[in-house]
Parts: sequence; C-alpha cells; structure tokens
Amino acid sequence: MFEETLKVFIDGVVNYFQHTSDKDVKVGTPYLENNSQPTAFDYTGIIGISGPHNGTVYFTAPKILMKHLLLSIGEKDTCQDNMLDLVGEVANTISGNARTEFGRDFMISVPVMIEGAPSKIHLPEHLRSYVIPVYWKAYSAAVVICLDL
Amino acid sequence: MYKVLVVDDSNIIRRKIVRSCDSNLFHIVGTAENGADAVSQFLVLHPQIMTMDLTMPEMDGIRCVETIMKLDNTVRILVISALSDVSTGIEALEKGARGFLCKPFTDEQLNEALWELVEDMDV
Repeated sequence: MFEETLKVFIDGVVNYFQHTSDKDVKVGTPYLENNSQPTAFDYTGIIGISGPHNGTVYFTAPKILMKHLLLSIGEKDTCQDNMLDLVGEVANTISGNARTEFGRDFMISVPVMIEGAPSKIHLPEHLRSYVIPVYWKAYSAAVVICLDL
Repeated sequence: MYKVLVVDDSNIIRRKIVRSCDSNLFHIVGTAENGADAVSQFLVLHPQIMTMDLTMPEMDGIRCVETIMKLDNTVRILVISALSDVSTGIEALEKGARGFLCKPFTDEQLNEALWELVEDMDV
C-alpha cells in the first residue's frame, strides 16, 4: 500500500476527531500486522469495501474512549447501544471520506458493529493489515485497513 | 417554522441533528432510520425540509430522494453524508436534493446548510 493511501485514512481520522469538542488528536506511526490476530478494543465498527479496492476498514476503540466521544459530540446518553452506533458511524465517516481520493468506485457497506471478540473480525488470511494508532485525550484507538490494492 | 424530517440510519446522528437544529426556525416533526421508513413518514408528516443520509439499509438515500421528488418536488432535501466524492454529490443534486453537507459536521455547518436551503422559501 502506498504512503498516499494511508495518508487518506490518517487525514480522515484526524478530520473526524477535529470535529469533536476536544480536537487534540494524534496519530502514531502505522504498522503492518498479520490478519490471524486482528487488533481490537472493546467496540469495533467494520466497513466492507468493494469495487477495485476489495477489503475491510475498521475503527476500534475502548469503552472509555467511546463514552467520552459521545459526550464530546453532545450526546449525554452513553448507553452501550449508543457506543456501538457511534463506533459504526466513525468507521463509516472515515471510509466515506476516503472517496474524496478514491472516487465513487470505492464502495462502502453499511457498518457492522461488534463488542469485543477479535475472533468476530474476519479478514483475508492472505493479506496483512495496516494499523494506524490513534491517540485522543488519554486513550488509544486504531483504524485498521485491509485492502487488496 | 419549517417542518423537518431527519433521515439517518445512525441514532446518534439523528439525535445530533435534532439537538443542533436552530429551534427558532426548524421544527423536527419526525425521524426515520432508512429510506423506506422516510417515505412512509413523509406521506403522513408532509415535511417541507428533509435531511438525508445516503448509505442506509433497505432503501438508500439516493433512491429515497428520487422517490420523494416524484411524490412532491417542492420538498427541500439536504443530503448529509460521509460520501465525499464529487460525483456522489452531483448525483444527489441531479435527483432533486438542494444541498450537500459532508460528515463530520459542526452545529454551525449544519445550520448554515439549512439556512441556505430555506433562504428563498416562505415560512
């Protein structure tokens, strides 16, 4: 995957968090990982990608980050359903924004949201994923990109 | 006051739009979680304004805009979507939407987009 492709998703996640009340988001150095043990925190929003770029993009974050993210967008109800809804919306927004660069052939699915259990994240075994660490407030999260480019 | 129907498959986004709308100008008459639900509610509530997500289950936003325009082409639809490519925006406008707001958005950006939508409309 070219550096420019990763930058599209880095820009997307930075743009997302800069629209919250606490704009101070940092992105760590991306790294490669094998798909046999995908990175996952408490909540994960998964987007299927089809078209010329096949694969998966997901955003995964711990419960405490999702709770504060809800509050930072003005949502006072921090129930589990809302945390799952928001983790899907973050994944959807980052993936959808990538169409600025990739165009409308970068087709995205509606999000699938899961709680915990990395075993529920199915990624192609023959590919590896790029993990973009995300630091917001005192918490860590990640955007994971697994695309057949 | 303008009657507004909010359409998005995310409950969080529906609630954000409801909270953020300028309540002096816009009255939220309902919310819908997909295009099919939006069409059903449109027929009952007769909103003047709709906010419309694009990526939704059952009936997506583009099909919903098309369907609503066939029912009443005076409705003003603001598409609010993360799909940021130019051609998707153009397609939504060609189907009859009047504005496009990219996610993520601030309260100010939402209200500016809604104000632009109604600036030549009678209350």
